[in-house]
Amino acid sequence: MTASGTFGYGEEFMDFFDISCLGGVLVKGTTLNHREGNPYPRMAETPQGMLNAVGLQNKGVHYFADTIYPRIKDIKTNMLVNVSGSTVDEYVETAKVVNSLENIPGIELNISCPNVKEGGMAFGTSCPSAVAVVNAVRKVYDKHLMVKLSPNVTDIAEIAKAVEDNGADSVSLINTLLGMAVNAKTRRPVLSTITGGLSGPAVKPIAIRMVWQVAQAVKIPIVGMGGIMNATDAIEFMLAGASAVQVGTANFIDPMVTVKIVEGIEQYCDENGFESASELIGAMQV
Amino acid sequence: MKKYLDDFIVVSNERLNHEYVVLTLKHPDRLPHMMPGQFVEVKVENGPNTFLRRPISIHDVDKEANTMKLLIQEIGEGTRLMGALQEGDKCNLVYPLGNWFSLPDKPDVLLVGGGCGIAPLLFMGRHLKANGIKPRFLLGARTSEGLIALDEFKKLGEVYTTTEDGSAGTKGYVIHHPVMRTQDPDIDWIYTCGPDAMMRVVAKYARNHDIRCQVSLENHMACGFGACLCCVADTLDGNKCTCTDGPVFDSTYLKW
Repeated sequence: MTASGTFGYGEEFMDFFDISCLGGVLVKGTTLNHREGNPYPRMAETPQGMLNAVGLQNKGVHYFADTIYPRIKDIKTNMLVNVSGSTVDEYVETAKVVNSLENIPGIELNISCPNVKEGGMAFGTSCPSAVAVVNAVRKVYDKHLMVKLSPNVTDIAEIAKAVEDNGADSVSLINTLLGMAVNAKTRRPVLSTITGGLSGPAVKPIAIRMVWQVAQAVKIPIVGMGGIMNATDAIEFMLAGASAVQVGTANFIDPMVTVKIVEGIEQYCDENGFESASELIGAMQV
Repeated sequence: MKKYLDDFIVVSNERLNHEYVVLTLKHPDRLPHMMPGQFVEVKVENGPNTFLRRPISIHDVDKEANTMKLLIQEIGEGTRLMGALQEGDKCNLVYPLGNWFSLPDKPDVLLVGGGCGIAPLLFMGRHLKANGIKPRFLLGARTSEGLIALDEFKKLGEVYTTTEDGSAGTKGYVIHHPVMRTQDPDIDWIYTCGPDAMMRVVAKYARNHDIRCQVSLENHMACGFGACLCCVADTLDGNKCTCTDGPVFDSTYLKW
């Protein structure tokens, strides 16, 4: 799958390859109302990664349903909508709209965005608030409910277990790690928001560790992500317990990376005697 | 315009001075159509501290030779690695990206470039000339060493220069050149690319004299094709991606 906020609505990549070969596309974070996002600059390159502070720029769920959905609904892959909000009510209202879209088989509940002033990550960093939003959305959303977890917590497994107990069908992790960059020349922060979310290979070991910890704690499928740049990275996440993976930042560097990863996993399975990639899930021998 | 992902081959690396290099890249087959103002995203290989591609303006295109030129100003690790590419090296590009300059509806045209911002103006000058318009260029730099590719520009039209230290041309910034000091300038359209501060004063001058002005922004980008939403410019319609809605904007559309 492709990670939300790194693959637009899929359309941006269609010049490069047929995206129907992917397991799924997580479309850009969607909120109830239009959001302008944060001011420029929103991005800083860092060693083996990048910081972003986009701040959920999107035109709101009604624009998505009316304008974007008709364009993407017939793409032959799982188009999932990443849903975010500032209040529990906003999550609920947004999820209701997406629930009515026939060809959207699921949502990814984003309780982990580090770049918004209200809501976002605040919901995903404590069990009671995570439970509150998952519970409320579960009541109005009857298709697949994936919950995207924040790594900016003391015990991610505890949050994963809490959302599983309250109706999540799967968890995806990790969202970006809260980070910061300073420009020594100008003696100013690089990002307009001072802090931002770190992604890319720099976060991979942390992400794999968290996938493994969550795999010990929950029975629902885990979608692993964080710095996956190639098939080997994806396989490592699966061996640690992920049932599927999302590829994010790598899309910016190689717009065809996802199709290469799909092929690379197949090749790995062939070469190592696995009939199906599902045999890799949690197959790490400790 | 359809986007591509291809390996090009470096056919020449021409070092202009300690800071600037012109890379000529050959397409493996047939170069697709590209327009002045568009850019490419260059993959930087083997950089221990570089991660993202680098957005670089298309400096010139030779369709018959299937080559394009990139003007590289070595300012960081990524651009230094690009400047070190040698003949025969591979260079992976996502291209052509962004929108392009429009043709003017009147004949008196001034192209204003500062520093590395002159890069797209050569391609645009060639495009203007091919469309029967004789462009004039106003090129600025810190010192005479920074005034590059002047011979190429002179083949296309009249060239005015400024340097901050007065080592060539008029001393000062581009805005100090006599061509921009007259109260009743014979300019219908301005195309400009360069440092933000320079483009803002050029845009202000254009606004004050009712001159149509297109600016090419150089915002930092991650992807270059509208996926990351990092490179936004503040416009009358809110945040717009420099990579897909730009890099060329009418100056009056920006909240400058």
